[in-house]
Amino acid sequence: MKALRSLVDKIKPNFEKGGKLEKFWVVFDGLETFLFVPKHANHNGVHVRDGIDLKRTMFTVIIAMIPALLFGMWNVGFQHYAAYGETSTLMDNLIFGAIKVLPIIIVSYGVGLGIEFLFAGMRGHSINEGYLVTGMLIPLILPVTVPLWMVAFASAFTVIIGKEVFGGTGFNIMNPALLARAFLFFAFPAYMSGEIWVAMDADKTLVDGFSGATSLVYFDEGLSSMNENISATDMFFGTIKGSIGETSTLAILLGGLYLIYTGVGSWRIMTAVFAGGYLMGLLFNLLAGSAYPAMEVPAHYHLLMGGFAFGAVFMATDPVSAAQTNRGKWMYGLAIGGFTVILRVFNPAYPEAMMLSILFFNVFAPLIDHIVIQRHIKTRMKSAYQ
Amino acid sequence: MSTEVQSANLIKAPAEPLFSNKNIRVLKDPLGDNNPVTVQVLGICSALAVTTQVMPSLIMAGSVIFVVAFSNLIISIIRKGIPTRIRMIVQLVVVATLVTLVDQVLKAYVYEVSKKLSVFVGLIITNCIVMGRLEAFAMQKKPWASFLDGIGNGAGYGLVLIFVGVIRELFGSGSLLGYKIVPQWAYDMGYVNNGLMMLPPAALFLIGIYIWIQRSLNKSLVNVS
Repeated sequence: MKALRSLVDKIKPNFEKGGKLEKFWVVFDGLETFLFVPKHANHNGVHVRDGIDLKRTMFTVIIAMIPALLFGMWNVGFQHYAAYGETSTLMDNLIFGAIKVLPIIIVSYGVGLGIEFLFAGMRGHSINEGYLVTGMLIPLILPVTVPLWMVAFASAFTVIIGKEVFGGTGFNIMNPALLARAFLFFAFPAYMSGEIWVAMDADKTLVDGFSGATSLVYFDEGLSSMNENISATDMFFGTIKGSIGETSTLAILLGGLYLIYTGVGSWRIMTAVFAGGYLMGLLFNLLAGSAYPAMEVPAHYHLLMGGFAFGAVFMATDPVSAAQTNRGKWMYGLAIGGFTVILRVFNPAYPEAMMLSILFFNVFAPLIDHIVIQRHIKTRMKSAYQ
Repeated sequence: MSTEVQSANLIKAPAEPLFSNKNIRVLKDPLGDNNPVTVQVLGICSALAVTTQVMPSLIMAGSVIFVVAFSNLIISIIRKGIPTRIRMIVQLVVVATLVTLVDQVLKAYVYEVSKKLSVFVGLIITNCIVMGRLEAFAMQKKPWASFLDGIGNGAGYGLVLIFVGVIRELFGSGSLLGYKIVPQWAYDMGYVNNGLMMLPPAALFLIGIYIWIQRSLNKSLVNVS
């Protein structure tokens, strides 16, 4: 650590005003504050300065994503070998998955951070750290077969249109990672839905009865199809087809517990999203009729299927685009969970309803906060005048 | 020699030259710093609806230029005879006549495109640019200046339409004016047309980017409110 610190201090003068590499100050500053907590001092008024700043917060989220990422890599390999009926060890699966997943992560970070550095240089402010998390979230919510240039395109889109337009990290009105996925979903629908969830080799033959369908496809066909093809245990542990990081509810919950333990993720939102989905599922079970076969699927299946858990833990809790007030967080979470189940049941055209409903309620978050605050003021006024 | 020049000046002096600096400005301003779409934010709906391809954008741009220019001209000629209290109705009658004319011509000669434009030709009547120019310019200014102003504003609208149309057709269908631009080998390599470009939000993004670039190049357009 000390050697690193002295190295940074040694090259620092080159980047400061008047130094040779003055132009690259933004890059240097970004890396230095990434490695060490900066020693900025406040000049006006009293501030509480904590050891944990935005970069450290973001890093906590990255650590929370590691279980989902590792499991995702393993599952990519597992699904690949299973499709050809080959037996494979844990290491085989992990290595195959890493070969497929790492390029997506590298492209996502390379393009996104490149554009962030460019904007920071142009606008003369220090680099925002928001992309650290976004850059990791994007690969986790994409299918493994997505072409790399599309990842690059989506990262560029989300950084420019999703964030820089509004003024950078902390000003975006919608979750940037989900925006990237929504962009790909509407721009290249053939690569974001259908039988694209397993990495294939062209020259090998598939096992008999192989199907590339995800749990959500069986879900649309109704309860019997669901029971034939997939079990709740599979969905909980994640040995199913789906986007890279979203299949295993268990791995995601581990990350979620870590987020709650460190206080970085809001437990209110997570609980509320799960509760909203479950309650809406129960309601549909009661109302189940023949018109919508998907209605009779047990309520807890909704929490395990597709990207529900991933969205609840990592996406809905995004501190920038979520509701800020405590009561608002409950309303926001319940609305997301309930709306997701409604969309899944009634609109088979958009199988991954989690993405759309989170984006939808991101837009409503300020309104929810406004209502909560106004009601609070009203009750306080009433008690004040009594 | 010198007397000739003097006499020529004497004759010309009372009438303003057709393309005086002032008139040129009237014509050019709407193309840049006073663009009806990106600066005054008028006529957005049709800009979103008709720009999936270049051809409809071109036709739409031409129609709007025609309607704005000639309604400006006609209203400017009769501006002194219009009673103030019913001026809106008079303006609407003129605009509606011109729009019906355009609509019939399009149906007669370019039926395919006119089907694509559907109601949006008829909706030129409600295009804010037309009424805005009539109220703001043609009611006070002379016919020739009003005519130029109409052409300028129509062209400013058309400019944005064509910018959006070119990008949307190029990335959405890989062609321009119906001719394939993206070569087959690009598709073989894995390039795919962007489906988002065929949806209306793409036009909104593109116009937004246009406005963003325009305002960061010219800071005086940024209105801090």
